[in-house]
Amino acid sequence: MLKIENLHVSVEGKEILKGVSLEVKKGEIHAIMGPNGSGKSTLSSVIAGNEDYEVTKGNIYFNNENIEDLSAEERAHKGIFMSFQYPVEIPGITVTNFIKTAINSNLKARGLKEMPANEMLKKIREKADLLEIDSRFLSRSLNEGFSGGEKKRNEIFQMAMLEPTLAILDETDSGLDIDALRIVASGVNKLKNKDNATVVITHYQRLLDHIIPDYVHVLQDGKIARSGDKDLALQLEEKGYDWI
Amino acid sequence: MSLKEKLVSSFLAFELDADINSPVHDIRSKSIKEFEKIGFPDRKNEFWKYTPIKKVLSEELTVFKKKRHLIDFEKVKDFFVGGIESYKIILIDGTYDPLWSNTTHKGVDICILSSVLENDKYSNVISRYYNKLIDNNESFSLLNSSFSKEGAYIHIPKNLELDKPIEIIHINSGGESSLMLQPRNLIILEEGSKAQIIESHYSLQEKNTNLSNSKNNHIDPLTNTLTEIYVEENANLDYYKIQNDLDSTSIIDNTYIDQKKDSVASCHTFSFGGNIVRNNLNFYQNGKNINSILKGITILGSNQHTDHHTLVHHASPNCESYQEYKGIYNDKSTGVFNGKVVVDKIAQKINAFQQNNNLLMGDHSSVNTKPQLEIFADDVKCSHGCTIGQLDKSALYYLKTRGIPEKEAKGLLTYAFANNVLENVKMQVLKTKIKKIIANKIGVSLGFEL
Ligand SMILES: Nc1ncnc2c1ncn2[C@@H]1O[C@H](COP(=O)(O)OP(=O)(O)O)[C@@H](O)[C@H]1O
Ligand SMILES: [Mg+2]
Repeated sequence: MLKIENLHVSVEGKEILKGVSLEVKKGEIHAIMGPNGSGKSTLSSVIAGNEDYEVTKGNIYFNNENIEDLSAEERAHKGIFMSFQYPVEIPGITVTNFIKTAINSNLKARGLKEMPANEMLKKIREKADLLEIDSRFLSRSLNEGFSGGEKKRNEIFQMAMLEPTLAILDETDSGLDIDALRIVASGVNKLKNKDNATVVITHYQRLLDHIIPDYVHVLQDGKIARSGDKDLALQLEEKGYDWI
Repeated sequence: MSLKEKLVSSFLAFELDADINSPVHDIRSKSIKEFEKIGFPDRKNEFWKYTPIKKVLSEELTVFKKKRHLIDFEKVKDFFVGGIESYKIILIDGTYDPLWSNTTHKGVDICILSSVLENDKYSNVISRYYNKLIDNNESFSLLNSSFSKEGAYIHIPKNLELDKPIEIIHINSGGESSLMLQPRNLIILEEGSKAQIIESHYSLQEKNTNLSNSKNNHIDPLTNTLTEIYVEENANLDYYKIQNDLDSTSIIDNTYIDQKKDSVASCHTFSFGGNIVRNNLNFYQNGKNINSILKGITILGSNQHTDHHTLVHHASPNCESYQEYKGIYNDKSTGVFNGKVVVDKIAQKINAFQQNNNLLMGDHSSVNTKPQLEIFADDVKCSHGCTIGQLDKSALYYLKTRGIPEKEAKGLLTYAFANNVLENVKMQVLKTKIKKIIANKIGVSLGFEL
């Protein structure tokens, strides 16, 4: 589904990713771990289509298509979703109206009809229930004044609504207390199926107790320093990144 | 002959039938004399620095209307807020239109000003309230006081909470060029009363636009309106101005609001078009625990220009004022926000807040924003802030990652930027109407019900 080859990425003239290769197949869960500043968010932003980052070398393929020239919205239409490490606050537009616009934009881009209002409402209720989100929360301005945990839960709510084929979750566990972590993780697990894939980015092992990865990669200094199965995460937890 | 000379010399003819012993005639005569002294402001006048008002002061303008123009109800109806019952005062080219209006004298006066100015029964009202708040150094206020004969008169008695909102609708028929209209409103909310008022200005397309040379001798109309409002003790007023006019028409609006203790008054100004629109909105706080709320949304395009000059005069302690204005300027449109706050020495423990945020969407759009604080008390809280900028790039990216295309994402963010100012609008139907106008102005279809 996702194939990254020898990816080099710079921002403001500084090279951050220095040759990352990664392949994610449908049905898989991958975890990317690594110390702060190692380039994890850079990698997810580049996949999502953030134009501030410049790909200087290498390729990203999504379902065998080179996506280099696609805009962020076009990538979304193809089924790529990123949960932001720092979701943006947007006063003046409610969570509900935002998600309605997003859903219908995607449908339209795929040549489909808009979702009827009652169906939309039903889906919103269902997904809000899944993530134990209060309905009052949905009529608040998007992310404005949300706690860290509320923002993350709202990201996963959007993911649940948009049903992407590839979801990249950038530090979705940070800011969540243990109960919220369990709710979010169980939501992610319920949304998982044999046709989609998830990339979980974290620098703590604890999320991986709930979302069990098929593969674990360690990103260090702009490169994948090591790959393994879920035991690698446990070893890292014990021995620290210096051990790599 | 300059417009000033022309207006001064028109005055005699204009007042030909007037009762020379009436107090109103006296006010008019004094006003025209003052106007003759000071004339129109020019760009050297600090108060008018950024608004080229001369541009719309053609010597062809006249206060005399040639004939009455009728308008279909279908067209008039479009200008109603709709979806609610309301009292209505409708003026077409400055003349009251009884057909579509809905006035009352039952326990409350909601009617036309001429019936008050010409009726001895109301002499107490005139002597107590009429022309008492205006700034005698302001040319357009003087001009309005000289020539105004019609407008709304609203008088809400003590402790009455009005059952329906009031709509004052000014319609320019487009049937006559060169008209200078001078509407005038007098509004009194007595102690403990409560009212909601919506005042709007609309123009119909000028007729004969198909005649290619008609533009040559066509002079765009100018409306010079003035409103005096008294909000007595513990009374509560919500006032909404909708200025959604053609590119060709201009409005000068002077509004003077006098508040007594424990009263709350809010004024929302929605400026969505017009050639030149100038709003002088003045609040005077005379008593403790007064709250004044001034909010505005300006969305302009083409060569339109809007100028908001606000004044809040804190003359009493323990009061609050809250100003929040947002501007969205497309194409070559331009704007001004000048927020003046005066705090007298005795006005301790007041809280004055002022915020003006602007989005410049056009390459040639611009805005001048300036807080003007004159504070003579020492124990006060005054804050102000302004921003001029573009849409937040990170917000735009966030929306795009959710599959919302660039154009829609920009529209949504622009809408969100303005929408925030509507939170105090209590009338749901009005809120929806304004939201629709905003969405329309921004030119995107939002993927949700408004
Ligand atoms: N937009 C940016 N502008 C400048 N430097 C950036 C930007 N984004 C990331 N960086 C730099 O790139 C490096 C990697 O950052 P990031 O990808 O956020 O790491 P991680 O998510 O692993 O903590 C850091 O040194 C960071 O300062
Ligand atoms: Mg990061």
